[in-house]
Amino acid sequence: MSIAVEVVNVARRFGRVQALDGVSMAVEEGEFFGLLGPNGAGKTTLISILAGLTRADAGKARILGHDVVTSYRAARRALGVVPQELVFDPFFTVRETLEIQSGYFGLRDNRAWIDELLHHLDLVPKADANMRSLSGGMKRRVLVGQALVHKPSVIVLDEPTAGVDVELRQSLWTFIRKLNREGHTIILTTHYLEEAEALCGRIAMLKAGKVVALDTKQNLLSRFAGLTVRLVAERVPVAWQPRVLRQDAGIFLIGIDRYGDLEMLLAALRIEGIAIGELALQETDLEQVFLRIMGGQGLEAAQ
Amino acid sequence: MNLSRAGWPTLLYKELLRFWKVSLQTILAPVLTALLYLLIFSHVLEANVSVFGGKVTYTAFLIPGLVMMSVLQNSFANTSSSLMQSKINGNLIFILLPPLSPLELFGAYVAGAMVRGLVVGIGVFAVTLFFAPSLLHMPHPGWALAFALLGSAILGSLGLIAAIWAEKFDQISAFQNFLIMPLTFLSGVFYSIHSLPPFWQTLSHANPFFYMIDGFRYGFFGLSDAPPTTSLAIVAGCAFALSLVTLAILKSGWKLRY
Repeated sequence: MSIAVEVVNVARRFGRVQALDGVSMAVEEGEFFGLLGPNGAGKTTLISILAGLTRADAGKARILGHDVVTSYRAARRALGVVPQELVFDPFFTVRETLEIQSGYFGLRDNRAWIDELLHHLDLVPKADANMRSLSGGMKRRVLVGQALVHKPSVIVLDEPTAGVDVELRQSLWTFIRKLNREGHTIILTTHYLEEAEALCGRIAMLKAGKVVALDTKQNLLSRFAGLTVRLVAERVPVAWQPRVLRQDAGIFLIGIDRYGDLEMLLAALRIEGIAIGELALQETDLEQVFLRIMGGQGLEAAQ
Repeated sequence: MNLSRAGWPTLLYKELLRFWKVSLQTILAPVLTALLYLLIFSHVLEANVSVFGGKVTYTAFLIPGLVMMSVLQNSFANTSSSLMQSKINGNLIFILLPPLSPLELFGAYVAGAMVRGLVVGIGVFAVTLFFAPSLLHMPHPGWALAFALLGSAILGSLGLIAAIWAEKFDQISAFQNFLIMPLTFLSGVFYSIHSLPPFWQTLSHANPFFYMIDGFRYGFFGLSDAPPTTSLAIVAGCAFALSLVTLAILKSGWKLRY
């Protein structure tokens, strides 16, 4: 198996913000790879560097072995990017948009594949509609089509399902999974962690421009074999506050390592006289792994 | 470079399709504007202005000036508005993601601007010819064409630079109103610079637009204020230098790939 995407010590600063701070990772051909992190973690900057939209201050990035700066033509031919922003050219129809994008890659006789894309993305009835007249979800489908129009080996999807209805989300993932089975490498960033959990084989987590976790999904899940307590209460005992993963309007998610810890939490609640509204135990899922890593806990384990 | 894998012909096609789809605004409107200039100026000035020692009527003198002015303004408008709209709408990414080289970007955008400029120029010439049919007998059509091509390339490049630099449409308008318009109007579109006081004559010789208009007019009358070879050398030099500057800007990624 050869390397589809390789990033070595990439750094990028915007003014005072160190968007990327020595990021390294390698994605193998055929992988379904997740790139996760909170807003501002550097995910889009990293994708922009791969795509040649942004230049790195330091480090190297390669697509199928082609340096994104010195062999940008080969690198860009191998890469398809679905951008995060819902952008379109209001002068053209759906079919014109795809034909023009295809031509930019030097493919001027690409009708069969464009027809197939229109079909898979359920865009056939809209093929001759102007881009302006399309709904947000439809525009998103065209963006996916544009990214795939030159049949790139590596496909990067930057938050492709943000603001997209459930139906499209399902059909989009069916299509992307099919492409992945056919050998395309997929790199996905998403806010929907359940999507990443369902789709990705390996996951990198970025925080403040650094890779804080990079492992298979199974390893990430088993590394944090602990449990999560979902507690509805007025507050959390003082000693337990550092273990709160997330809190939202009186609902606290608290990480514990084993069942025995639950007894100690209950004791602390009783001693401080805090009434329990609700209490439930949850298995670890990717969201909780993510919260623990981003919260700083388990940081050393991740490295 | 293997031409069958080159992306620039499609970018040129897209640029042409873009202005063709809104031709009412991009072709007909400037033709109408030029026609209005002609009607008003020729009516007011025909009897009062003598050009080239009375060898040419004012209306006949004015038409090539208006044609060239339209070529120049529309070449600028094409690259500047196309690139600016793409930047503002965010769809510039569709051009930045494919393997298009700086030279391909430059060539396709500027060629698109030249076509738009020439189409508008031909349109203006066609409707104004009615007022001076003798203009059809051009002594040096090749010279006129050379100046039209070089002038539109210069303005197309300037439009690209302006749109790369600008962050809002206001700044494009400023570029247009404070640089392009004064240089065009003070270039001798409406008058022969020999009718100016000496100071303004000297100043006009520092305006590259003067050589574009004057050289273009030479193609129609075989008469000009400056020697046509001098004009051609200056205009070609400007076109070459500006092309290099634009290419260097595109290559650096300034304000486009950051």
